[in-house]
Amino acid sequence: MTASSIYLPEMARLAQVEQVTALEKLFTIELPEGHSLGHDPGQFVMLSVLGVGEAPISITSSPSRSNGSFELCVRRAGDVTGALHRMQVGDRVGVRGPFGHGFPIEKMRGKDVIFAPGGLGLAPLRSLINQVLDERGSFERVVILYGAKRPEELLFRDELDEWVARDDVECHITVDRGDETWDGHVGVITTLFGPIAVDPRNTVAVTCGPPIMYRFVLMELLGKGIPETQIYLSLERRMKCGVGKCGHCQINDLYCCQDGPVFTYAQIKNVPEAL
Amino acid sequence: MSLKILDKGAVAPLVNALIADYQVVGPQAKGPQFAFGPLSDPAELRLDYNTTILPPSKAVLQPSYERLATFRLGDDPAVEPVVESVPTVLLGVHTCDLHAIQVLDKVFSQDHPDANYLEQRAQTLIVSLECLRPCDENSFCKDMGTLTADEGYDLHLTDIGDAYTVHVGTERGEALLEKYAQTQLATEANVRRLNEALSAKWPHFKHRLEFDAAELPALLATAYDHPLWDELGERCLACGSCTNVCPTCYCFNVVDEVNMALTEGERLRTWDSCQLDEFALVAGGESFRQARSARQRHRFMRKGKYIYDKVGELGCVGCGRCIRTCLAHINIVDGFNTIHGTA
Repeated sequence: MTASSIYLPEMARLAQVEQVTALEKLFTIELPEGHSLGHDPGQFVMLSVLGVGEAPISITSSPSRSNGSFELCVRRAGDVTGALHRMQVGDRVGVRGPFGHGFPIEKMRGKDVIFAPGGLGLAPLRSLINQVLDERGSFERVVILYGAKRPEELLFRDELDEWVARDDVECHITVDRGDETWDGHVGVITTLFGPIAVDPRNTVAVTCGPPIMYRFVLMELLGKGIPETQIYLSLERRMKCGVGKCGHCQINDLYCCQDGPVFTYAQIKNVPEAL
Repeated sequence: MSLKILDKGAVAPLVNALIADYQVVGPQAKGPQFAFGPLSDPAELRLDYNTTILPPSKAVLQPSYERLATFRLGDDPAVEPVVESVPTVLLGVHTCDLHAIQVLDKVFSQDHPDANYLEQRAQTLIVSLECLRPCDENSFCKDMGTLTADEGYDLHLTDIGDAYTVHVGTERGEALLEKYAQTQLATEANVRRLNEALSAKWPHFKHRLEFDAAELPALLATAYDHPLWDELGERCLACGSCTNVCPTCYCFNVVDEVNMALTEGERLRTWDSCQLDEFALVAGGESFRQARSARQRHRFMRKGKYIYDKVGELGCVGCGRCIRTCLAHINIVDGFNTIHGTA
């Protein structure tokens, strides 16, 4: 019996590296022989820097824009991401995946979609946002409410400008603290929700951000009457395998890597370790 | 399948014959205790052992360091999978540990089959051993339904005095026996002595759990806010010994090790523990199970509920190792009883 290892990464090439903010870079990654990753928005890969280790990273590019590559937006935070940040175009990284359950886009078609990313939480949501925008006709309203701590922490400024400029997208951006370069809205993300009128039964909300943010964003979304089964969150956990074995990502009886990383609020509201 | 008789005098020749063709792993003395390890001489085998520090699965199926891949660094980095397996006979496995291996088999074959575990498992023949006396006051196999076994072994031995009865569990076991062992067919007298030994053993084993273990998942489902967790959290040193010695704890870390010249390296799987501080820590600095009380609760939940939810078997086999090893005298049976009494 020759067995194939579930732990073997595929060697892929860094095709492009772009500084996004002081802490985040956008990596465009090409798999061998131009083959596609074949991911759904919201899924993640296990990314290896050989000799350093492996870490779970959500995919930020939309499947609708794959062009034989995919993108990861990565904050320099630990050993693996630190080493990745030191790598150059042409360098090789290992990729396993895609893994996990992503956002069920089929349940969003024909509905209003509210995106509420906070900070780096835009990275996984951008995959879905761009997929939705590429099939814009299949959705009703598209609302993007994005908050970051400071203006220099906003990700994907060019795309944000495009979303703000589009007539068929309601995109509002806020920062917790402004500066002399910022003439936009100032305040935490929840201050954007007030003026947004919502048809709750026909609305799906998608949020991702730091744990503290969820509590307040969820209050807003639930306050607008959006059903718990129509609110989606993407959770972050430590992972060493990505396939339900290593135990690190366990959230009570759920496995973030297999049951998630995307959950509905209904799925996790009684799971104490979730938020 | 058939019942054979292996005279005690025939054990050493059997082990000798096996050593020529297999890695033979069995219980050996280690100071005042016992440990599973590769045998180089039949005299090292101690089938009279009470319990071992670590479970047999961790000597063979889940080594503390296991290679998952090798890689080359430099301009053209490359990675190769490593799936290592050695033909092995695991001798003298008590039935609690046999049940634990069945839990592991399910975990590692479910969803994404883990070739590293499964290849070694496929290359491993298990010769289990019926316990006729309790190993000590900490085991509670009788409560957990693991005091005997009717599957999961290739061969199963029961001590009937001057010989072992050998129950053949698989064709592989039968072939092994035929090729390597001097056995006879069991006589009626042998069968009678086996039955006597088996019925005599049960009264020696005490019940320690005050309720039916089948109730554990349901019991724990409503025990999330029980005051026990805070009490255990106060005592727990978060050393991870309980999970290290547990026969159904399989959580792991993966680390890369690089040679001195920085030209090549290995990706290794190592044991990890949900009791350790950084186990659930994420890059952003958030730790999702920071309190020791929450980590102990997680262990109890894994043993009595979560693993059951995942594979349909309880994650505790009653071996008592976590109780023996705990420096803070945390006792999982007392814990379960406390929850049952007041939850």
